[in-house]
Amino acid sequence: MHELGIATNIIETIASQAGRFGGGRPRRVGLRIGDLSGVDRDALDFCFQALVSDSELAPLELEIERVPHRRRCEPCGREFEVDVNRFDASCPVCRNLHTDSVTGYELEIAYVEVEDQ
Amino acid sequence: MKRVPVQQMVLKENDRIAMELRRLFARRGLLALNLISSPGSGKTSLLEQTLQRLPGDIRASVLTGDIATDNDAMRLARFGSARQITTGGSCHLDAKMVESALAEVTAGQLDILFIENVGNLVCPAGFDLGEDAKVVVLSVTEGDDKPLKYPNIFVRSEVMILNKIDLLPHVPFDIDTVYANAQKIHPGIEMIRTSCTTGEGIDHWLAWLRRRLERVRSRPVAS
Repeated sequence: MHELGIATNIIETIASQAGRFGGGRPRRVGLRIGDLSGVDRDALDFCFQALVSDSELAPLELEIERVPHRRRCEPCGREFEVDVNRFDASCPVCRNLHTDSVTGYELEIAYVEVEDQ
Repeated sequence: MKRVPVQQMVLKENDRIAMELRRLFARRGLLALNLISSPGSGKTSLLEQTLQRLPGDIRASVLTGDIATDNDAMRLARFGSARQITTGGSCHLDAKMVESALAEVTAGQLDILFIENVGNLVCPAGFDLGEDAKVVVLSVTEGDDKPLKYPNIFVRSEVMILNKIDLLPHVPFDIDTVYANAQKIHPGIEMIRTSCTTGEGIDHWLAWLRRRLERVRSRPVAS
């Protein structure tokens, strides 16, 4: 349960980037969260809204894009998605275990949508 | 509305400090290990055994994290250099906490720095501390399906210590199953079986530490 700290980081980042918004008010923050980031999306949204609601940033929405965990098989080159609820890192085609992570660790602020002046 | 690209990692500041720590450890030829497990799986016991039995030519020190108390540092100080990080409620260590506590434990010559994270299989996985490797400790009383339930930590750990194997006759835990489950999550993850009560398997762990230290020493250091 470190989502409160993550939410605080996001808000601090937005504040520090305010100069890039051309004076417009930020209305929506776009996040990319990987299935292996260890972050619970609902908990993060809850913490974020709790922090924002009493601040001068309100109203500010969080839009979360989920990034699935994808791996690539070294021998056959196939890229595949891993269901982290039924985790199996082996290649679904050739069953080889030599697979490398491609995506799924993301915890990134992708964009901020700013109100037109 | 206009969309302003930000593309910034949320944990950028943590990652920046972690990279600084990683460079510092590399310059000093130091092996830094981040030990992660649920509470009570035996991280501190493993470190007690390690400090006691580590050969004299390998100097080690421990940073130990807990939400409250300095019990673990007191326990470990009997066997070597240890410093407590009390997080005051935080469920994991972050790079800044390690950086602040570091000076005290790395003052002299040091070969291995053990960072004992807060007992928690979830949150510590996401925070880079600049370590060379994460070590996950799992005890046989916790169940052989833990790798499947907590893939985040098993996918990021280089080695899995299976601890409390002296209790195997008393619990429904299957070693082949836990190994297969761990391999599903992280193909190639090593498993070392230990008991801190009987001392079984600690030699294998010490041998792993020496091999890992040699790997660190043989890598080129970027200037």
